[in-house]
Amino acid sequence: MTAATLPSEPNLELAQRAIRGRMLRAVGIPLIVLAYLAYAWMAFDVSAILGNADPQRAALLGVDTIYHKVHVEQNLRRGDLTIAVEGERTATYAKGTSPEWVAVEGNRTTIDLGDGYIAEIDGQTLQFNVPDYGLIVAKVVNDKVEVTLPGPMPEWVSGNEQKFDARPTFDRRVQVSRSKIEVHRYFFGWENFWFPFNSPLNGMSAGAVVSLMLSADRLDPAQSNASLVWNTFWGNQDWQHGVIAVALFETLLMAVLGTLTAFILALPLAFLAARNFTPSMAVRFAVRRLFDFVRTVDSLIWSLIFIRAFGLGPLTGSLAIAITDMGTLGKMFSEALENIDGKQLEGVNSTGANQLQAYRFGVIPQILPVLLSQGLYYLESNTRSATVIGALGAGGIGLVLVETMKTSRDWENVAYIIVLTLILVSAMDSLSSWLRRKLIEGSN
Amino acid sequence: MAVIDLGTSVLAMRRQRQLYSFGAVLLVVAMMAWGYSEANELNSGSFLTGLTKFFDYPSEIVIEAWDLGLFGLLGLMWHFFPALIETLNIAFVATIIGGFLAMGLSFASTRNLDVWPPLIPVTRRVMDVMRAFPELVIALFLIFLLGSSPIPAMIAVAFHTAGALGKLFSEVNENIDRKPIEGLKAVGGNWIQRIRFAVMPQVAPNYLSYFLLRLEINVRASAILGFVGAGGIGSELRRSIGWGQGAGDDTAALFLLLFLAIIIIDQTSSYLRARLTGAARH
Repeated sequence: MTAATLPSEPNLELAQRAIRGRMLRAVGIPLIVLAYLAYAWMAFDVSAILGNADPQRAALLGVDTIYHKVHVEQNLRRGDLTIAVEGERTATYAKGTSPEWVAVEGNRTTIDLGDGYIAEIDGQTLQFNVPDYGLIVAKVVNDKVEVTLPGPMPEWVSGNEQKFDARPTFDRRVQVSRSKIEVHRYFFGWENFWFPFNSPLNGMSAGAVVSLMLSADRLDPAQSNASLVWNTFWGNQDWQHGVIAVALFETLLMAVLGTLTAFILALPLAFLAARNFTPSMAVRFAVRRLFDFVRTVDSLIWSLIFIRAFGLGPLTGSLAIAITDMGTLGKMFSEALENIDGKQLEGVNSTGANQLQAYRFGVIPQILPVLLSQGLYYLESNTRSATVIGALGAGGIGLVLVETMKTSRDWENVAYIIVLTLILVSAMDSLSSWLRRKLIEGSN
Repeated sequence: MAVIDLGTSVLAMRRQRQLYSFGAVLLVVAMMAWGYSEANELNSGSFLTGLTKFFDYPSEIVIEAWDLGLFGLLGLMWHFFPALIETLNIAFVATIIGGFLAMGLSFASTRNLDVWPPLIPVTRRVMDVMRAFPELVIALFLIFLLGSSPIPAMIAVAFHTAGALGKLFSEVNENIDRKPIEGLKAVGGNWIQRIRFAVMPQVAPNYLSYFLLRLEINVRASAILGFVGAGGIGSELRRSIGWGQGAGDDTAALFLLLFLAIIIIDQTSSYLRARLTGAARH
């Protein structure tokens, strides 16, 4: 409504109606949004799912990402004792050796859990001394777990005839089942991060490793010390530094190749879709519909089709990114082309330049800022997309993340991968905005 | 400086520039060639064999869908319609929640809105972190915690949206006219009143337009997150593709449903955006 259509006399009714309309909107729209959110709350069954969510489990996961545990396990069927970091076979203490907080004397194993917590395994019996509570005795008799508690049952104890579980603090836990007695002690930090447990380099200080690398006495006669250190680190079974580095590289490769390919495909097609460069309506229409089509089919569908055709790997991811972004970039480029100043092109044409030269010197300089800023922006967002496409099955860090989470063996590995992914994404973000600043503002 | 010197120095600069452009083009070509050969090696299937059987899968789907006939296909699409609604719900709820968070973050991160200054760099870093997290990572983590349901996807998308929209919103805030704020301050309006009556009317059209753009992106993101276990059309796709032969008609119906949904959302959103920016210009 403009001023011209208003009657010259102040019209009270009209004004009131306008105010009522506004008030209705001011109250109505938030109400609609609230009603929708309430519907979604019911449809998703949020209360039930949040009710089932176990904050304890989240806390334990959090603890697991920055702590590691050492298992002391007495097998009751075979009668042997194993001490292993995270209970892994590759990180088992050799027979007869043990960390200093575990003392083995014949059939008797005394485990010092710190702060006065002491667990003692003697044959089929576990004695667990908890300060301020007393001595818990758990025994396996006739294939049943018998527990004697010194007082009323605390909340950190659970169990039945088959299994007994006590965790007085988050970093101390004992479990007794019919077949084994297990004691876990948690330690802060990521275990065996640099070198695997059974390598001679494990537990060395940084200074010792450096001096070893510089010394001429070979630890392994087959290779120099420096390459031994590198290979041991790179091939670390627990942390898979090498595998993860290759996966990160694949993700980066997908993003860079995909964006570059999309850019190279989109540029010539954009000329065909721009009104001022392609007089033929049919061609323009066809190219524009092609752009719309590849954009709308979406990277999810493209990825699934490409994975079927090309198998798993970065090539698949690159092509899926390339074809989706070809549509988006092509559309933007053709819009930029339609907005250029025709005079420069005429000027270049009037000097007798051929078509290619006219495009190169009359057109490209005008749309270069758009080309570069959009290209870089897509490079940045594609680094993120590449992790997602990877998880669909194209490989790279996304797939490694999904698989590590599925086995959910060690959350510290998941945390490590997430941290590296975030570093990669942020680095690409900074690189792209730095380049954008340099190239575009620098050229003005 | 003599004219002749100027001429030679211009020529030298031009040669240098040409050398640079040539070098850049060469670099790009070399990178592409190396990258593709590397990617081809790391891939489980090679480019050439892939190219020859590229149309096998789409045609297999199309043939199975064709055998079903139009009504059969429509029936299947109707059957999967609730899954689509779930995906759309994820996207809508996440965009709404993320949009509200983004508004709060953007007000707290713009210098000309009279917020407590030490807050500004803090909120900006917070938004950077929220943007850096790929949705996938949060979604997978929450799926592990809460089980397979749409809620992890919703939280993940909302989290990322808050960061991404927050940055765009704060750029909008930076370009507003401060005079209405001064006016309200002069008559004693408090901070909330100033935001409501001086800032919101100026920024609302741009906010809504970015909001709609983000909604388009989030519909796609929600479909993808479904594939990794968050429910909706993505998980139906995963199931039908996992079945392989014989489920091609399901896959075709799902592809078609997703395709149509994206077309409708995109068209509606771009129509609304054109109206909004048109309204803002008058």
